[in-house]
Amino acid sequence: MTAVDNLTLDISENEVFGLLGSNGAGKTTTIHMLATLLKPTSGTATVNGYDITNQPAKVRASIGIVFQAPSSDDMLTGYENLHLHAMLYSVHRRTRKQRIEEVLELVGLTERKHDQVKTYSGGMRRRLEIARGLLHKPKVMFLDEPTLGLDPASRESMWKYVRRLVKEEKVTIILTTHYMEEADMLCDRIAIIDKGRIVALDTPAKLKAGLGGDIIRIKTKKFMQQDIDKIRQFSFVHKLEQSDGFLVLSVDNAKRDLPVLLQNVEAESAEFTSPTLNDVFIQLTGRNIDKEQAEGGFMERYAKYD
Amino acid sequence: MQSTISIEDHLAKIYAIWLREFKVFLREKSRLVASTFTPILWLFVIGSGLGAANPTTVPGVEDYQQFIFPGIVAMSIIFSSVFYGSYIIWDRKFDFLKSVMVAPVSRGSVFVGKTLGGMTTSLIQASILLAIGVAIGIGFTPLSLLQAVAIILLLSFGLTSLGLALGSYMYSLEGFQMIVSFVVFPLFFLSGALFSLDNLPSWLGMLTAVDPATYGVDALRNATLGVGSSPMELDMLILVGYTAALGFFGIYSFGRMKAV
Repeated sequence: MTAVDNLTLDISENEVFGLLGSNGAGKTTTIHMLATLLKPTSGTATVNGYDITNQPAKVRASIGIVFQAPSSDDMLTGYENLHLHAMLYSVHRRTRKQRIEEVLELVGLTERKHDQVKTYSGGMRRRLEIARGLLHKPKVMFLDEPTLGLDPASRESMWKYVRRLVKEEKVTIILTTHYMEEADMLCDRIAIIDKGRIVALDTPAKLKAGLGGDIIRIKTKKFMQQDIDKIRQFSFVHKLEQSDGFLVLSVDNAKRDLPVLLQNVEAESAEFTSPTLNDVFIQLTGRNIDKEQAEGGFMERYAKYD
Repeated sequence: MQSTISIEDHLAKIYAIWLREFKVFLREKSRLVASTFTPILWLFVIGSGLGAANPTTVPGVEDYQQFIFPGIVAMSIIFSSVFYGSYIIWDRKFDFLKSVMVAPVSRGSVFVGKTLGGMTTSLIQASILLAIGVAIGIGFTPLSLLQAVAIILLLSFGLTSLGLALGSYMYSLEGFQMIVSFVVFPLFFLSGALFSLDNLPSWLGMLTAVDPATYGVDALRNATLGVGSSPMELDMLILVGYTAALGFFGIYSFGRMKAV
């Protein structure tokens, strides 16, 4: 089975790079390979200048990683978890305590540091993972679906911490997500992955601009073929599709063009949207990512081991 | 100089892994209570019950309860050490293992840290039993106590290695239950913990001879009661051999273990 096929990526220093794709697209596999947890069957990559197949120890020392599911020890306190990892990452004894306090402060867990992790909420656990990943001042930080399964408030606070991380810790961030909004807000550049291949790679703004303007959806009482033919003649109409009783058009500027269109069709209702990353995704893959179920939930983690 | 730093670094990482195991052990008090209770039950119920029925079946020692005491100490080590392997499956289940595997720490250090954790657990349980031994009339000298502790550590190192090695190949706790039937019970029953190794039918004698726990039981019997089927030196030599082999098996298995 091939999860990731001929993937070529070049990620610059200090950028937030997003790997966007639906479940099973190969995002986590890519991260696991870059983090040396999986060996690629062919090819290689360098992380912070180190080869992932020949210098795994050096790669590991230069990266921090937040897995999809929290991986701290429930029985230990937040502080103890960080202390354990500080030792595993050879953070020097003299600076260890200070560094632990710093990262706790950064993710806002100072107050709860002496509580066992089993008493933490999902959002707090995720933040503890981020703190853990930062202990050794990594050059590259991997965040695998950092907001999966979090409630909207925790999700927003997570975004806040990720932005702080970029500003205060000066790390390169590679994050995977299947939330379009998240990718749009956080990432400098995005690679859209589908079935293990990159189908697009650019800044969110350019990806959206690539769709060719705004999308107008018109609900008609009846599709009249001559109306449609007439609409097709307009120079501002780039694409026209019919689906479920809707006429879907892509136009240069919806505010300007919609009134013109409405003079030519008998519309029941009309709406327009500026393109989102989801539209980009649908166009590239023919599927709607927002309708897909999130993976890796609590029950699924259990089912996995049955 | 470089190598000194690297050895120190390895030791610090081993200590970190051990410390985590130890803290978790201290916080799960029920684990200690449950795993100490069973051997005590054996010592008093089987020891007194069978002892009353056949008071003179064992040569060299008058009291059957005293006779099986070293075997019961070994039993507690066999169970707790091999069972320790199931914690690697828990670590995997809760993704903790992944977070350790992605850190710049060698598989060997992870293995040694975990094994030391298992040995600590076994030693604490065995110490409780040694104290009970004093209460049932086992006379310890400083030397015999020291010998007993050394045997306990050797046996638990070997069997924790075995447990961790087996656990590293398994993904479900249900699967690990098989280990109980096919590894833990044979190790215990064939070790001669409950009977003397002298005058056994030859098929049983052969089976007891391949069981590493046999030499732990016999060494403990030599140390605490002054009787044994083989001389102490021979027991120790074979035990060290087995322990080294199981240790290598453990390190090899950890090296092969899949990270995700």
